[in-house]
Amino acid sequence: MAYAEQIAKSLSTYAADSSGVCSALFELGGMVVMHDASGCNSTYSTHDEPRWYDFDSYIFISGLTENEAIMGDDEKLISDVTDAAKQLSPSFIAVTGTPIPMMTGTDFAAVAKEIESRTGLPTFGFDTNGMNTYVSGVEMAYASLAERFTKYMRPREKTKEPSVNILGATPLDFSGEDCYTQIHSMRKMLGENGITVQSVWAMGDTLQNIMNSSSAWANLVVSYGGLKAAKIMQREYGIPYVVGRPIKGLNEAIVAALHKSFKDDENRIAYEKNTHADKKILLIGEGVTSESLACVLGADAVIPTEFDSELLRNGTLARGEESLRNIAQNYDVLIADPLYQPIVQSCTKFIPLPHEGFSGRMFSAQAPDLVTEIPFKI
Amino acid sequence: MLIRIGGKQDDSGARVKISAAAYPAPFKSGLEYSCAARGTWNIVHTGFLLPQSHEIFICAMGCLRGVVLTAAEMGFSHRFSTIEIKENDVYEGTMEDMITSGVSQILDTLDYTPRAVLVYTSCIHHFVGCDIQLCFDILRKRYPHIDFADCYMDPIMRKSGLNPDQTMRRQLYSLIKPAEKNAKKLNIIGSDLKIDTACELFDIAKESGAAISQIQDFDTYDGYQSMGQAFANIYIDLSAKAAAEALENRLGQKAVCLPQSFGYDEISTALNTLRGLLGLSEKSYEEKRKMCDEAIENVRQTLGGAPVEIDYTATPRPLSLARLLLTHGINVTRLYCDSFSAAEKSDLEFLQKNFPDIDVYATVQVKMRELDRCRSCKTLAIGQKAAYFASSPYFVNIVQGGGMYGYSGILKLCGMITQAWEHEKDTKNLIQIKGMGCNCHGVC
Repeated sequence: MAYAEQIAKSLSTYAADSSGVCSALFELGGMVVMHDASGCNSTYSTHDEPRWYDFDSYIFISGLTENEAIMGDDEKLISDVTDAAKQLSPSFIAVTGTPIPMMTGTDFAAVAKEIESRTGLPTFGFDTNGMNTYVSGVEMAYASLAERFTKYMRPREKTKEPSVNILGATPLDFSGEDCYTQIHSMRKMLGENGITVQSVWAMGDTLQNIMNSSSAWANLVVSYGGLKAAKIMQREYGIPYVVGRPIKGLNEAIVAALHKSFKDDENRIAYEKNTHADKKILLIGEGVTSESLACVLGADAVIPTEFDSELLRNGTLARGEESLRNIAQNYDVLIADPLYQPIVQSCTKFIPLPHEGFSGRMFSAQAPDLVTEIPFKI
Repeated sequence: MLIRIGGKQDDSGARVKISAAAYPAPFKSGLEYSCAARGTWNIVHTGFLLPQSHEIFICAMGCLRGVVLTAAEMGFSHRFSTIEIKENDVYEGTMEDMITSGVSQILDTLDYTPRAVLVYTSCIHHFVGCDIQLCFDILRKRYPHIDFADCYMDPIMRKSGLNPDQTMRRQLYSLIKPAEKNAKKLNIIGSDLKIDTACELFDIAKESGAAISQIQDFDTYDGYQSMGQAFANIYIDLSAKAAAEALENRLGQKAVCLPQSFGYDEISTALNTLRGLLGLSEKSYEEKRKMCDEAIENVRQTLGGAPVEIDYTATPRPLSLARLLLTHGINVTRLYCDSFSAAEKSDLEFLQKNFPDIDVYATVQVKMRELDRCRSCKTLAIGQKAAYFASSPYFVNIVQGGGMYGYSGILKLCGMITQAWEHEKDTKNLIQIKGMGCNCHGVC
């Protein structure tokens, strides 16, 4: 059926790339501007950003109008951003795109360069277009940080004790009643295994710590959004990376992989193919999370967000309500965000696993700390 | 990590004394901040006022996210579908096919047959020159048993004629079919929140033997169609002007503007307009005015000179409300308004002349993100944004006028102020709920 992948009779949709950029950079003292008419900022701050009420962060929209878009008035954007930067003194500036700027061909790299020359602040231009998931936005943001900010501190010596940067942490994948719970748990788990956390990109940490990332022994990629930054840091500083989300049952494998990588500087994937479950179990969600959990449970995974086929062990890439429904009907158990319930057939047991990137704030308080518990039985 | 520890004091650019506030835009336009108050309705909420309808939004993922979760939070996912526009769709010139094929695939596989479908196209469709009329012609031919309304999520057009909010109100009533007129039937249209049936408008109707209907009265599509029998449509919210005029042109229903106000003379004028329309003689409403004076005096004594802050989401007439309270001795200190409506111009001029030191704050100006939200004393807020910016648990939790109208509305508001002053609220949780009062047919 034409457009089948694009039609949702009743399913939700993932947070978009521009929200991913905002979420990734939220805590770092920068100013992020979504070049958009209206709506992106309230959508982001209502559904995609649990920190919005309590933490001040400079996330704004440009308020693009029809006239400005048609006339190609980039000067309005540039001067408004410059003016706001003078009022607020952010650490850096990022400008993200949305559908209409994509259609009018806004040159975000040029816009960023112009803003940087006027403000003297490091400025990023992101070619987001609101048509990809948050994962690609997180990826862009962290890759840019890796390209630019870590260089300020090079060359760096490694820390005396084994250390890692955690790459790819945003509330869109790591939520809960307190969205920092899983970050604390990851730090604790690694610390108990003799590994210090140099930085967390980017929850509960500072831009200064992130700038010191090159002193870590390895990078731990906990969501696909962190992979590109890991590859950049490997290229620039020779830091190896391990892919895997700390989850009870996989933590030991992650720690073992990290220790191996500390020694041989090789990259590793901590999760493996596992087909040992008694029942046919399917997971739907972000790539690294789904693959990691699938490894623990002996499940298959379907990944509707951006992911690299080289990282697939238990999963496949698929999108669209109809495709997901057809796949899910072949399984005894489906584990997915509660808003996937409509695709579940009566013969399939559904286990809700809240995912902020899909259902936003609706179930985030019930999101479990997977580092310490898997709160369901198959 | 940025943590709020005290807030900034420099409000230049975000604040202006009302005496110096330019009409209609007191602040320089620039980047915009979105504060965490979410109680106002959006076009999803408004669309769901149409009974037995289904909403289909066609847009990019980033634009769909907000509306799909609005519907999900309402528990209305079963009445809501989406078609996601990808990059190739923009360049391949297949947008019309995408609309007609996509909508058809949804309708052919839904578990129920809606009586009406609201199809929302977006900014992208305008920019690619999509022939939206052709799409609706095809859909209407293909599904003759379903009524289709063309709706729009096109915020980029918000300064190009009607804004999306005004257009939505117009389109919500666009499916009403011609019917034989009844001189004893009127509608109130264009208000998201149901207008309180205890207000004077309903008293007047009853006195003349007429009945007033609102879309919120109906839980069936046939009930909604009965609104076609009214001989006149009252609109209170000025953003419904285009809706009323469209119905006047299309169905011959007289458009009657009885604007929301807190000014006694303006209220009496509106009420007497309705009385005249229904063949009743004018009234002075002196008794009602006295009742309001007494109620406001009680509020004044209760507040004891405490500062009051009002925002534009509480009522479409924040300056009119401020004028009423100030002229009765209540200490209104701050207004939160990004612009002033035409209906408020005389109130603005009055306040500029008589209360020149009132502070007007923007809500979207970038400095509002970090401006100090601590107050040195207990502060009453009227509206969710005022509550947020004042960090006050003492607030009147209303949006868009709260369905209140006329003298009865003032009396009710006075009661709400007293209640708000005496009982703390959980500001953080309450103001983040979307679409306050959106109890469309008791479901959402």
